[in-house]
Amino acid sequence: MINAWWIIGGVLFVLLNTAAGLIWLERRMLALWQDRYGPNRAGPFGLFIVLADTLKLFFKEDWIPPFADKVVFVFAPAVVVASVLMSFVIVPFAPGIVVADLNIGILFFLAMSSLGVYSIVLGGWASNNKYALLGAMRGASQMISYEVFMGLALMGVVVLSGSFNLQQIVESQRTVWFVIPQLLGFLIFMVAGVAETHRLPFDIPEAESELVAGFHSEYSGMKFGMFFIGEYLGVTLISAMVVTLYFGGWLGPSFLPPVVWFAIKTFAFISLFILLRASMPRPRYDQLMEYGWKVLFPLSLLNLLVTAAIKLWLVTK
Amino acid sequence: MDIAFIVAALIAVAATVRVITCYNIMHALLYLVVSLLAVAVVLYTYGAPFMAVLEIIIYAGAIMVLIIFFVMMLNLGLETAEHEKAWLRPRIWIVPGIFCVVLLGELLYLILQNKQPSAGIQVVPPKQVGMALFGPYLIAVELTGILLMAGIVGAYHLGRQHKKTVHRFLENNLNT
Amino acid sequence: MFSLLRSMWLVFLHMFHKRDTYQYPEQKAPLPARWRGRIALTRDPDGEERCVGCYLCAAACPVDCISLQATEDEHGRRYPEFFRINFSRCIFCGFCEEACPTYAIQLLPDFEMAEYNRQNLVYEKHDLLIPSQGKYPGYNYYKVAGLAIKNKDKGEAEHEEPPVDIKSLLP
Repeated sequence: MINAWWIIGGVLFVLLNTAAGLIWLERRMLALWQDRYGPNRAGPFGLFIVLADTLKLFFKEDWIPPFADKVVFVFAPAVVVASVLMSFVIVPFAPGIVVADLNIGILFFLAMSSLGVYSIVLGGWASNNKYALLGAMRGASQMISYEVFMGLALMGVVVLSGSFNLQQIVESQRTVWFVIPQLLGFLIFMVAGVAETHRLPFDIPEAESELVAGFHSEYSGMKFGMFFIGEYLGVTLISAMVVTLYFGGWLGPSFLPPVVWFAIKTFAFISLFILLRASMPRPRYDQLMEYGWKVLFPLSLLNLLVTAAIKLWLVTK
Repeated sequence: MDIAFIVAALIAVAATVRVITCYNIMHALLYLVVSLLAVAVVLYTYGAPFMAVLEIIIYAGAIMVLIIFFVMMLNLGLETAEHEKAWLRPRIWIVPGIFCVVLLGELLYLILQNKQPSAGIQVVPPKQVGMALFGPYLIAVELTGILLMAGIVGAYHLGRQHKKTVHRFLENNLNT
Repeated sequence: MFSLLRSMWLVFLHMFHKRDTYQYPEQKAPLPARWRGRIALTRDPDGEERCVGCYLCAAACPVDCISLQATEDEHGRRYPEFFRINFSRCIFCGFCEEACPTYAIQLLPDFEMAEYNRQNLVYEKHDLLIPSQGKYPGYNYYKVAGLAIKNKDKGEAEHEEPPVDIKSLLP
């Protein structure tokens, strides 16, 4: 057993660097899919764009609007990063490499992602700006709704593995990855995950073509940077959760160590997120809600019901 | 008693006091969220992790967000806070306040009476909660389900939209 | 649903396409010959400046960025005493080029004229005059329009047609 402090430090280090590196990765990948080059000037392959962007954010004027609710305004960006980082506590990166091996792991993840809504709502409300408020209201209803389907889709995995503990879920995928028996659940979780991180195509709370920048219209400097990093951390979190729940986590042929397998799979899903951004148009707000409640919600319930029935049948047989 | 319990309980009490004393309703709601989170920690230290997480997911994560959502739309600003400040004179809150302090004193007295905490905190895993819900308490679960179903149907009935079959131009000019 | 997956796949295939970017400072984008860029004053085949100081370009300019002062040399030929274009105002619309009766003012395919100091964007006549005929080689305004010389008006010299009467509708 590795010292817990080393694990915490290592996870934090890797995550924050990953989130920063995603600035570069996303821009390069988007450019690749749009027949461009993307940032390629600063440093090798333009990697120092991360440094340049961070420096730029740090040196920008950190402006708090005089009409804003100052305490809440400062508090909101901290919530987004904190809640996502807290969620990573339960992600098992490799056997033994997990910050807290809770036996309610998935529920803890859901709890933390539900707290993430506050950053949007409070940020939008405290800005005291119409566009920000509209973005915040859209964000709140979108994230609360999609959390429901996300949780219900997850329950299929819980039924199959018989545990909320993520390590045990990974272990029970030794024979077959859950993506095969839970294909529907995986698809619902993926869609809900995109909506939960309010990434494109579901970036309705920000929707720069309609709402300026949505809930973070008034934010600048490193406070905006927190939202920025929080979004990338969210993408990493959802990718890591998809890998853990449906794609066998660290499991893989033994010529590579488990952590490497986990990282490879996670990056594949991060790339999928970026591909989604590159190729999908943004749905209208009511379409998104209708799609969620009228399609995903019954489907996820059906998925849970059928999974539970088959499981019961297998157990009693 | 666990140090985590004491800290969480103190935070919960302090946050709840702030909920009552805050003039700005949004700040009050935020304190309520903090209070709920602290209560979740209390539940966790008392061996009910499932309950703790459900408290966060449902109360802090869903219900409070909905309340904040509606408060946001009410456009309550500085003026409302001033109004409320004017309403809440000491003459109004002094008697309920005294009652609350007395209650708190009784509570503290009762807690301090029983110096030994109930020995051996037993952690209740989610499986056991599920067994209990769908075993001895099945009827309660089913009744709650029926109640919620009625609520959902009622909400749908209230919120449904009448289908429009005519063009809005015709609709406006239908009566004339 | 299928169309979404199809579009995702098509976007993914763009990974293997050729990139459209020009790596600008090292690799210049090919500009078409009629590209409206930097404004220049051209010269006629004899090396004389073509501009006759008629002010039409200044009148046509929608942002009033051209200013000039016409004067005459000892033979009575008009030329601009100064000719000044403020490129910080110029919108490169090309109206001046269209208005010019002598093809003197021309827009060239060149856009690399950024400056740190705004004042440096004000081009004087010696900045604008180029030793070239621009887009119309061999064109000399006075060879086409004719020129009054001593004792002979336009069209009165040998092998010269009378000038077109612009005030008549007859052919």
